[in-house]
Amino acid sequence: MSRGKDRTIPLLTLGFSLLLAANFVMPRWLSFLVMVSLARSLVVIGIVVLMRSGLVSFGQGFFYCLGGYTAGIAGNYFGITDISLTLLISIAISVLAGGLIGLLLCNYREIFFAMLTLAVSMILYSVIVKNPTLGGSDGFNVPPPHIFGISPAMADPGLSLPAVTCIVVYLVSVLIHRYFKSGLGYAGVAVRLNEIRVEYLGASPKVIVYSKYILAGVLASIGGTLIAYATGHVDPELAYWTTSGEFVFVGLLGGVSHVAAPVIASVLFQVLRSYALDLAPYVWQMLLGFVLLMIILFLPEGLWSVIARLNPKRRGDESAP
Amino acid sequence: MKLLLVILIDGLVYSSWLFLVAAGLTLIYGVMRILNMAHGSLYAVGAYASASVVGWYYATGYPPAAGYALFIFCAMATGLIAGILIERGILRFVYGKDEVIILLVTYAVLLILEDAIKLIWGVDAYFAIQPYKALGRTSIIGVPFANYDLALIAVAVLVGFLLWYGLNRTRHGKLLRAVIHDREISMAMGINVPAIFAATFAIGSILAAIAGGLIAPSLSVVPGMGIEVIVIAFAVVVTGGLGSIGGALLGSLLIGISRAAAVHLIPQGEVLVIFVIMATVLAVRPEGIFVRAKERKI
Repeated sequence: MSRGKDRTIPLLTLGFSLLLAANFVMPRWLSFLVMVSLARSLVVIGIVVLMRSGLVSFGQGFFYCLGGYTAGIAGNYFGITDISLTLLISIAISVLAGGLIGLLLCNYREIFFAMLTLAVSMILYSVIVKNPTLGGSDGFNVPPPHIFGISPAMADPGLSLPAVTCIVVYLVSVLIHRYFKSGLGYAGVAVRLNEIRVEYLGASPKVIVYSKYILAGVLASIGGTLIAYATGHVDPELAYWTTSGEFVFVGLLGGVSHVAAPVIASVLFQVLRSYALDLAPYVWQMLLGFVLLMIILFLPEGLWSVIARLNPKRRGDESAP
Repeated sequence: MKLLLVILIDGLVYSSWLFLVAAGLTLIYGVMRILNMAHGSLYAVGAYASASVVGWYYATGYPPAAGYALFIFCAMATGLIAGILIERGILRFVYGKDEVIILLVTYAVLLILEDAIKLIWGVDAYFAIQPYKALGRTSIIGVPFANYDLALIAVAVLVGFLLWYGLNRTRHGKLLRAVIHDREISMAMGINVPAIFAATFAIGSILAAIAGGLIAPSLSVVPGMGIEVIVIAFAVVVTGGLGSIGGALLGSLLIGISRAAAVHLIPQGEVLVIFVIMATVLAVRPEGIFVRAKERKI
């Protein structure tokens, strides 16, 4: 760590403060776009947490959907619309669900982990689609949130919700950055590099993977709750494989060596997506496929490696795969 | 008693279909160590090919019997072509990379194929019901079963036998088994591993396309049909043990019959039961029923 001071946290603070300020002058469609991409970037940060440990999850849609439906069910059936409360509930639910499913999944790596997470999210998808009380395949609307008791009708919802999202994502990225630089964060990298050595050092790879699976799930469910309020609607698509697949794509696009990479990649992706779906709806996935191939073949460390190359001080970050 | 028979036969029909899909998936994994996420899309390609051929052929008014040979052949041919294109065009450039990286590559192929299917065949559903109806029904102790479904069981048995014979009783099968056992040693012994890989991928793709082609007359062919298949097929092969044909057989019987039981007894649990079985088996035997645990290398 002799490569100068880590300026990530001041830079993150600066970036997100600017974003927060810009929120008040940006046109509504732009601040909506930024809000959606920030909420989704939380899921991608979760994917990155797993990828640093060498795990690819094709099923983060599971937790994303849990978070979204938590907001929907809390609002529609229990009248709970305070965003701080629903966020806490969805964190609790995702810890519970992740803790249970993680017991099975923490034994698996590589393709098994990828396909089993995919299976888990497809189960949730089919359960919701077949269950009319959960809205079936149409889903249901999510009542607008209260923010710390203040009704959004009084405080402009077009401004306050993006601001809350921005603050949440800021807090999460600072925490995750600290986490990446902590012992447990580096333990993940060690699991990816050589699991047996980790065992010889006295740590349990299973426990490390288990904790990371839960952490990634919590992040995805926070993202899901925020996106439910942002769009005002939840449907089973949230758990569908295409949703999870897009998160993996964004994770690979950004790269895993820095916490800002998934956030930037997520914004970029959302902008491209909104144009591409307008212009050419039938070739959007094909385009994703080709770009994914290009990334894997020519830019395996993602877009962040391009940024890192411009700044010689950051070269050779040991956490890059 | 009647219910038991219905469950058994429905289960066997479903298992046959599962086996056809899973056999190709597990064969490719066994030989190449590639879990092909695009396998379901190859299945969909086969289904579309056969549905469009059936639609065209039965409109011409030629004798219906020849239609069967034609649509099965067309499904196989499209599977073969798509398989060769994927293997030669994309996969051979990533051999030797991490299994997860190759999984992501096949995921990219899946994305490309899903849209390619929409571009070629459009987004409307295709129906190819004629071959299914033309075979009529047989009554077994008072319960009518579609002959087409019963024939599917026969096809699965035939395919299973051919695979077993090809792998265990022919020279090429022996070479293939050598590669499954140890890729590096086989290479050192002069086996042309790249050629074996290409052939395996082609066979696997044909199997997927046959499964799609055969199932097309009994359901509507719609975009996205390949995805559910890959998830279920993975559950089947992982239950039996990834890379083992016997495992695929056992897995498809286990899951096929339990699903049929669920359909008749607890219809809401139709999908859930598949994954409950998978999770139960994996909790006891993490590598699946037929595969021994990998030795750990430092």
